Amino acid sequence: MSEASPAKAYGLHFGAIALLFVLSFLLPEYYHGLLARIMVLAVFAMGYNMLFGYVGLLSLGHAMFFSAGLYGAGLAVIQLGWSVPAAFAAGLCCGVVLSLVIGLLALRTSGVAFMIVTMMFAQVFYLIILYFSSWTGGDQGMVVPQPARVLAFGATSLDLTNPTVRYMSALGLFSLVLMITLVLVRSRYGRVLVAIRENEERTKMLGYDTFSNKLAAVVISGIVCAASGAAYALLFGYVGSGFASVQYSILPLLWVLLGGAATTLGPLIGTLFMYYVIDITSGYTSAYLLIVGVALILLVLFFPKGILGSMRQRWLGWLP
Amino acid sequence: MHFGPHLLLAALEGLVTSAVLALTALGLSLVFGVMRVVNVAHGEFFMLGAVLAWAITTAIGGHPALGFLAALVIAPLIVGVIALVAERLVLRRLNYNPEATIVATIGMLYIIQQLALTFYGPEARPVEPPFSYRILLPWFGYSGYKLSVIAASALLLVATWLVLTRTKIGLVMRATQYDSETAQAFGIPVGRVYGGVFALGAMLAAIAAVLIVPISQAHYLMGQDPLLLSFIVVIIGGLGSLRGTVVAAVLIGLSDGIISVFFSPTLAKIIATLLVAMVLVFRPQGLFGTASR
Repeated sequence: MSEASPAKAYGLHFGAIALLFVLSFLLPEYYHGLLARIMVLAVFAMGYNMLFGYVGLLSLGHAMFFSAGLYGAGLAVIQLGWSVPAAFAAGLCCGVVLSLVIGLLALRTSGVAFMIVTMMFAQVFYLIILYFSSWTGGDQGMVVPQPARVLAFGATSLDLTNPTVRYMSALGLFSLVLMITLVLVRSRYGRVLVAIRENEERTKMLGYDTFSNKLAAVVISGIVCAASGAAYALLFGYVGSGFASVQYSILPLLWVLLGGAATTLGPLIGTLFMYYVIDITSGYTSAYLLIVGVALILLVLFFPKGILGSMRQRWLGWLP
Repeated sequence: MHFGPHLLLAALEGLVTSAVLALTALGLSLVFGVMRVVNVAHGEFFMLGAVLAWAITTAIGGHPALGFLAALVIAPLIVGVIALVAERLVLRRLNYNPEATIVATIGMLYIIQQLALTFYGPEARPVEPPFSYRILLPWFGYSGYKLSVIAASALLLVATWLVLTRTKIGLVMRATQYDSETAQAFGIPVGRVYGGVFALGAMLAAIAAVLIVPISQAHYLMGQDPLLLSFIVVIIGGLGSLRGTVVAAVLIGLSDGIISVFFSPTLAKIIATLLVAMVLVFRPQGLFGTASR
């Protein structure tokens, strides 16, 4: 992460956003919808990357932050009849509260214990969703009705079920989170996080309060993941317990590992790549879990830095 | 039935769960204790044992006891070989780095699960118990096979304990667990010990699965609950402590049996998982373990 080239880095990111904007008008209908979904899930991966890539904390329970946003927004719309912005805010609030509580508890542990504790909290969250199935719809999940998914500004209104509006909303959220991540990791705070990842004891010795820095990172990560979940509920209209299962804690890990941990654009590349691999292979086989499994093993064995991580190491030292 | 016999029945069911759980968790605990590897694919080795038991008993046919005995020997061996290959091909190349091995074993979990779904199918299939003798208690009849599962598990646990504490192999394993670098310096082939321990851990899970499969059926997703419960047992018992693992298995199995007779199983799971997470947060050495180095 060299200091010399902020212009290059910002140029690359604005270029990526512009490319996604242009693609909206070029892609055929099916891929248009798929890319909107991928962008929302890439936000989830970016939230995960915040903690795993920059602080080096491997969580196996991020599905709970995603589904906190998902259910926070979904239940607010379905059960309470709130408007879209209020529901989105409710999703974010759920993410903040949950990540604060989980952070305070789980950060008392480290290493392997941290992974297991986060996995267990996520499992509890998942079981709670199943237990209150009369409210949450349990296994079946719930559909957010179309009339509730309209964003009203006085006289004009935006229908979130419209493909173009949906794509642009997803792109808006994605761009916002991407830019926040970029600014954050280039800031003083971002470098403290990397210092904690590299050597926590030494960072502590230099006078940094590592616990509160890590806690802040957990909360930021939780908010971003909850934003992704809330957007998913409102844009795609489905809220289900499957998103809280262990699998959705593993997937962001896979996406981030594939794209490159601790790179700002890596989560998008990883999500995109994995989605297309599954999309292409689903024509030949239904065994997509096999691909996920093989990908995980090959990545940790031969390619631990991921796509962008390897590119940064070889050619592009300036890549943020 | 009155409350007393009801409780006895729940306790017996709980003991059967404990017996199987103790074996499975012991495998997980050995692997973690000696290799410092959290094997997320452990539940899948359990499932593989059950599925192979079904395949072997169906292939052999004849008297159920014949097929069952064959399964009890062959299924764990096959699972052990698979685990050994996985260890040599993947875990050893990762230098047993804790985080990388977790990711890799998650990968193994998905691969094994998907292969089981592809080749075995989504159905749950029964295996006939080797004998169907019912022991008549004054209040109810109880399956003799279930009682023999408890006995078999107890025997295996004692045998493992004897191997660990009284033989050269056990000494080598304990030395590796205590300090692998010094063990290496004293000429212990640490790499081979790791391979053996990983295979042994998987075999213990497979044996537990063969024992339980005549009671519950073989299914490709059956590895998930034992994995979570084994984690719970190993954590409560103290990571890497054998005695703690067995005590915790009995405790968890009994309370699981009794709680799920009287309360909703989902609620029981929520409370148990939350309690265990809290134990890990506030007493990371476990309830019975001593502080780790």
